[in-house]
Amino acid sequence: MSVVQPAMPKSWRPESKPHKFCPGCGHGLVLKALGEAIDELGIQDRVVFGCDIGCSLLSWDFFNVDSVQTHHGRTTPVMTGIKRANPDLITIAYMGDGGGYAIGSQHLVNAAARNERITVILALNCVYAMTGGQMAPTTLPGMKAETAPYGRDVELTGAPTQGPEMVAAIAGEGAYVARGTTANLRQLKGYIKKALQNQMDGKGFSFVEALSACPTNWRTNAEKTWAFVEKEMPKYFKVGEKKVPGAEQKEGQ
Amino acid sequence: MPEKLITEEKRVFMTGNEVCAWAAIAAGAQIMYGYPITPQNEIMHYWTRLAPKHGLKFLQTEDELSAGFTTCGGVMAGLKAFTATAGPGNVLMQEPFSMAEAMRLPIVSIIQQRGGPSTATVIYSQQEVSLTTFGGNGEGLRIVYSTATHQELFDYTIKAFQVSWKYRFPTFVLGDGYQAKMRESLTIYDPEQKGIKFEPATKYVGQPGTPGVDREPGHYRNTYNVEEELYEVLQGYFADYAKMAEEVAEYQAFDTEDADVVVLSHGVVSRGAKEAVEMLRKEGKKVGYFRPITLRPLPEKQLKELAAKAKKLVIVESAQGQFAKLIKDVIFGATCEIVPFFKPGVGITTDEIYAKVNEVL
Ligand SMILES: Cc1ncc(C[n+]2csc(CCOP(=O)(O)OP(=O)(O)O)c2C)c(N)n1
Ligand code: SF4
Repeated sequence: MSVVQPAMPKSWRPESKPHKFCPGCGHGLVLKALGEAIDELGIQDRVVFGCDIGCSLLSWDFFNVDSVQTHHGRTTPVMTGIKRANPDLITIAYMGDGGGYAIGSQHLVNAAARNERITVILALNCVYAMTGGQMAPTTLPGMKAETAPYGRDVELTGAPTQGPEMVAAIAGEGAYVARGTTANLRQLKGYIKKALQNQMDGKGFSFVEALSACPTNWRTNAEKTWAFVEKEMPKYFKVGEKKVPGAEQKEGQ
Repeated sequence: MPEKLITEEKRVFMTGNEVCAWAAIAAGAQIMYGYPITPQNEIMHYWTRLAPKHGLKFLQTEDELSAGFTTCGGVMAGLKAFTATAGPGNVLMQEPFSMAEAMRLPIVSIIQQRGGPSTATVIYSQQEVSLTTFGGNGEGLRIVYSTATHQELFDYTIKAFQVSWKYRFPTFVLGDGYQAKMRESLTIYDPEQKGIKFEPATKYVGQPGTPGVDREPGHYRNTYNVEEELYEVLQGYFADYAKMAEEVAEYQAFDTEDADVVVLSHGVVSRGAKEAVEMLRKEGKKVGYFRPITLRPLPEKQLKELAAKAKKLVIVESAQGQFAKLIKDVIFGATCEIVPFFKPGVGITTDEIYAKVNEVL
């Protein structure tokens, strides 16, 4: 009997598979959408992939593309530096919500404000995963985390960061901003493709946030994990395109 | 083709920061990433004025973390990239400098030291020695040139681009506020005409071909899974560093052969030290002069010889013993007396050094 294996994206590096994420992790799905997007756009020879510290670093040898794993929060400037030095390359900064919205927020804000021709993809799992599930800027109100053991109190810690909304507000003409979810991979891949195409067209900054799962730190089984991704997260984080070059703002599709 | 900046040897009179910008262009630097901080600002100012005429690029980043990391990115994309900073900016840049050590990125950085700790003064000091030589969370696998004159700022900025790409360790030109801001005459030249050879910049990322199909992908990381993996990588780095150190270490010395007392200094302070030693020699006193030009790696062999021969070493610096610490570490075990002459954050004159040496002779 032959086992049917789901096809891997061509741009994935088979030697580094199976990948190192926990079972059920959202990172693998986001990277699958990214891999397929790279394949469909035919840009494997031009992509430079940068990953952060946090669980995203486990993807440092994930693709058959040149890759740079850098420090916590600094992937955006490293990719900016590469792009400025060689605009023919397509640079992708891949990070978690801690890397993008806490320690690296100044880089995200300024790269967006400068409309850097790079693509940032951020996996949002509501926690600092690699360090063991502490509160992230995106932990939901009332949600428990290691440093919010009684649930996040927004009076004390503020409300969850709305990343794409913020980026859409500050990025200039030509920027592309969207929020997708691992619960709808086809749509997520579409957003990532558009974000990469936007960079290829030289229009402006492009940013995709992907709602993603961390069953390990959430301490959830498969069913509860999916329920959280599909039902809880989108209540706060509205899926859809937030900024599309030359188009009216669209939401919820 | 953009016009060449320097076509023939020329006497000029300019500030140190201007010298650095000219030297970087002469050395073939292609992109500067920077963030304003006094006293190095004019390096960026001159660069941004000259660069467009020569097809060169510039990015002003949001802070020094970003300036350091974009410089790393520039180098990875295969351009001769550099940055410049000072004081608190140098503190922030230690994080990207550490990554450059980890990934063997030949980034060049010009540091124009200001007073410290923290914001302190914008004028002058030699207090960024510890930070620049050993500032990261690692072993200090760096090359650091401490310059004394504008001529040296020009020569060693050029050299920094040469050696960094040759040996792949982050390389620093350690100047100071006095050098940055004052005007002095020097001779500028086209390094090519002097026969100075540069390694070509090669790409860490973006080589031709499809990775995984036509070539191996370049996978660069600074995180390791297990201790042994890192240990092994570092052993290679240490071996490369030790081998390079002998070729790269530089110093200046005179009258040390028969000297009872040797004055040790670096950077701008050695100008005063030199004069003081010359005055004392004229009076027939057995005083010598020694100055490491590379603070990292140090000219270890020469320093050990010196410490074995002299009775006293007078260590003069505009810091509270940062330079002395480097020296003591190298000459550990020597029996000569060490006489400190420390003035953190302020300049030191010839007369002061002359008086100090006379006092201990
Ligand atoms: C300067 C610095 N501070 C802290 C850390 C420790 N650290 C490693 S991963 C991490 C959290 C990562 O969380 P996130 O970016 O959300 O990614 P995830 O692990 O959830 O994918 C932290 C705080 C670090 N590596 N560097
Ligand atoms: S800890 Fe969470 S985010 Fe990290 S690999 Fe495991 S499931 Fe994924």
